[in-house]
Amino acid sequence: MNIPFTKHTLENGLDVLLHEDHACPIVAVNLWYHVGSKNETPGHTGFAHLFEHLMFEGSQHHDHGFFQPLQGAGATLNGSTNADRTNYWEVVPTGALELALWMESDRMGYLLPALTDAKFTNQRDVVLNERRQNYENRPYGLAPMALLAALFPPDHPYHWTTIGDVADLQAVTLDEVRAFFRRYYHPANASIALAGDIDPDRALALVDQYFGEIAAGERVDAIHVAASLPRDVRIHFEDRVELPRLYLAWHTPAMFAEGDADLDLATDLLANGKTSRLYRRLVFDERLATDVSASQNSREMMGYAQITATAAPGHTLDELERAIFEEIARLAAEGPTDEEIDRGRVQAEAQFMFRLQTVGGFGGKSDQLNAYNVFLKDPAYFRKDLERYQVCTKASLQAVVTRYLDPARRVTLSIVPHGRVSLAARDSTAAVVS
Amino acid sequence: MTVRPGSGRGAKVDRSQLPAPGPTRPFPFPAIEKSTLPNGLRVWTVHHTQVPLVAFTLLIRRGASSDPAGLEGLAAVTADMLDEGSGERSAIEMHEALARVGAQFDTDIGSDATVASVTVLSRFARRALELLSDIVVRPAIREHDFSRVRQLRLHRLTQLRDMPGAVADRAFLRLVYGAHPYGHSPIGSEASLAAMDVDAARGFHARSMRPGVSTLIAVGDCDHAAIVQLASDAFGDWTGTSDGEPGDGGPLPHSARLNVVPRPKAPQSELRIGQVSVARDTPDYHPLVVANTILGGQFVSRINLNLREDKGLTYGARTAFEFRRRSGPFVLQVSVQTSGTAKAIEESLGEIAGIRGTRPVTPAELELGIAALTRGYARSFETGEQIGRGALQLALYDLPDDYFEQFVPRIERVTADDVSRVMARHLDPARLVTLVVGDLDVIGQNLTELGLGEPVVLPPDAF
Repeated sequence: MNIPFTKHTLENGLDVLLHEDHACPIVAVNLWYHVGSKNETPGHTGFAHLFEHLMFEGSQHHDHGFFQPLQGAGATLNGSTNADRTNYWEVVPTGALELALWMESDRMGYLLPALTDAKFTNQRDVVLNERRQNYENRPYGLAPMALLAALFPPDHPYHWTTIGDVADLQAVTLDEVRAFFRRYYHPANASIALAGDIDPDRALALVDQYFGEIAAGERVDAIHVAASLPRDVRIHFEDRVELPRLYLAWHTPAMFAEGDADLDLATDLLANGKTSRLYRRLVFDERLATDVSASQNSREMMGYAQITATAAPGHTLDELERAIFEEIARLAAEGPTDEEIDRGRVQAEAQFMFRLQTVGGFGGKSDQLNAYNVFLKDPAYFRKDLERYQVCTKASLQAVVTRYLDPARRVTLSIVPHGRVSLAARDSTAAVVS
Repeated sequence: MTVRPGSGRGAKVDRSQLPAPGPTRPFPFPAIEKSTLPNGLRVWTVHHTQVPLVAFTLLIRRGASSDPAGLEGLAAVTADMLDEGSGERSAIEMHEALARVGAQFDTDIGSDATVASVTVLSRFARRALELLSDIVVRPAIREHDFSRVRQLRLHRLTQLRDMPGAVADRAFLRLVYGAHPYGHSPIGSEASLAAMDVDAARGFHARSMRPGVSTLIAVGDCDHAAIVQLASDAFGDWTGTSDGEPGDGGPLPHSARLNVVPRPKAPQSELRIGQVSVARDTPDYHPLVVANTILGGQFVSRINLNLREDKGLTYGARTAFEFRRRSGPFVLQVSVQTSGTAKAIEESLGEIAGIRGTRPVTPAELELGIAALTRGYARSFETGEQIGRGALQLALYDLPDDYFEQFVPRIERVTADDVSRVMARHLDPARLVTLVVGDLDVIGQNLTELGLGEPVVLPPDAF
């Protein structure tokens, strides 16, 4: 099981990854820029994501919307920003590959001449509405703001969310946009993957033709900022919700680092799906919670694990907290059962197979090749990635649970209905979130 | 390797114009092989060998519209009970069995159908079908599981009250459909969930979830005869006939044109604008698909370009004809900043009036809409699950075998006159209902000035 590919690097530093798959007459074009909200600074948050929006507003030689010609060619397209990277993709009919490369290269090479104050103001308004829709006007929607702010100190690049602070978004200037583009949006900080119905030689020639003329920018050095939690940080805030919800979060290893896969499996067997230990206890048997989930959120510098549970009416967050830590302690002491390990392995195999089904879009083969290339400089990592899960053992899972899901060093966040602060988990203090 | 200068680079890039898309090679649409078991269960297979996976989809053509009056939510609760154990197996054991083969399992409930799907590595195909049949044909539906599942759904309803989109969806359906079987969301209400017991769920399963209204679709690295044999082994003892499709619940209500569910201090207003429109079997289907694409079905639609890209009032706006077996709703949905609420309603109504004839689609818009729907059509058939969903549409709406082949030529035949004609026929400005979930104190005055009459204020717990 793997994703066969060839890798080339243009003179200007652009990495090019090519994967053939002729099942469908489509080609996925996937372009990563190694920049995300972690490259922002305090007072300037939300910038990388706002910038992503501006990439769809036209460039020097096509100063109209980015969507129109591509949709007219039968493409589907999108982009996204997270803490560590920004990606853009199109899935086009085979005959429209050149169009997609023309468009992507024009906005990589020639965005700024087409950037106007009107476009900028319009997209800032759109982003403020995205923030209202997905965070402010949504129950529990501000949880990520509170969690990240408590997990990481104010000057740490993971302290803020990708959507950013309202005041920062309102303060952005067009000059900052230009400087950001010059610093991060250039071939040496990018990687392009083409997957699907391509002839690799011709595809490479086209990429070279369209992107080769763009000047290499200055290399962007990786950021490494350490963070640690000295204690159990206990906070709460009030929200327009009916049921109180508990969030627990811990610092964990970085994406692909030792322990990352073990924590992925450990959080799965704790609280992913009906077979998980916490679902069984909290939702199924004792009916203390309406839902419970857990995840290892892997990031480039470091990760954080999270467990979330909503109290059923009549039950308290203190009860949930107690039960969750009992299960964590039991998992640390006794380890997973053989059955749990076996299930984890076959589920990993199936999940990796599912990931081979599509050439494009978020999580498709082109996106995966870029992820491995950008974060590890190793696009061949797919098979090794699966192996990380297959070599996990009872002992390795016990070790990560003991080491990382430490009751003494974590964030404990309660979100409670307005006016019901007494429903927060014990000993918490009010956090300010917006 | 590093590309040397000149190795791939020919003449300087011509950026004076966009390269015209070249021809795309023809794509053979997946062929569906069909059989019917003696009990009436249809078994359809599609050979698709990209990856060693099999995607099973079991369609039962009974859904939330079959909920008895007063027991709204019964179909959904029953669907939820399917994977809660079978025979001696508990709910947890059922999910352990699915997990042991790495299965991706899901149930989905709509107005017209209940769908159970499971995707597995090919080597587990037989096991997956056995589990699927235990789930669908022989669910235990035990009392203590039922009480837990119902309780979780009641908690969910409680939480939905804080979600403006969910409040808007439920209120909108009630406003346009009233007591019609499509007038409630599948989850039902506190009162209807409280009124049902485990026997109601057992009864619903016995009456509605039967082989004669069901189709098993398998897509993957599998052979038709082999799947029919496996299906026969797993589903052969499924018996009984299903009740008929539900009645229509009498005339549709005449709701006010403008309605508000107050949400004090909301930073955005959640809008729904629409009406009961047209069924999936309409001969106008293809022109309506093109018309909707241009109006609100893609990023570069009139509505999204107006409200988002021109005015910056929203993160996105869209419209849809929700085609169903009987007349489904047309709905425009958008979440707009509170200060722009009245403006967004005015613009939305203007765009609907425009495409009905006051501002007919231009040749360029028509060309773009048709191209967007047709040129990339092949990508809808990339994965087994996508192909399964496509086949499911054929089974649910009785579409012909050549439906996929005919889609592109039929879309390409749509004219600008067709667009105006079908939109004028199926959208009636006098019947359009507008619903706002938002901060009434701030927007009330502006709403009154829209000329849609005094807004009717609906209590948040009215649905």
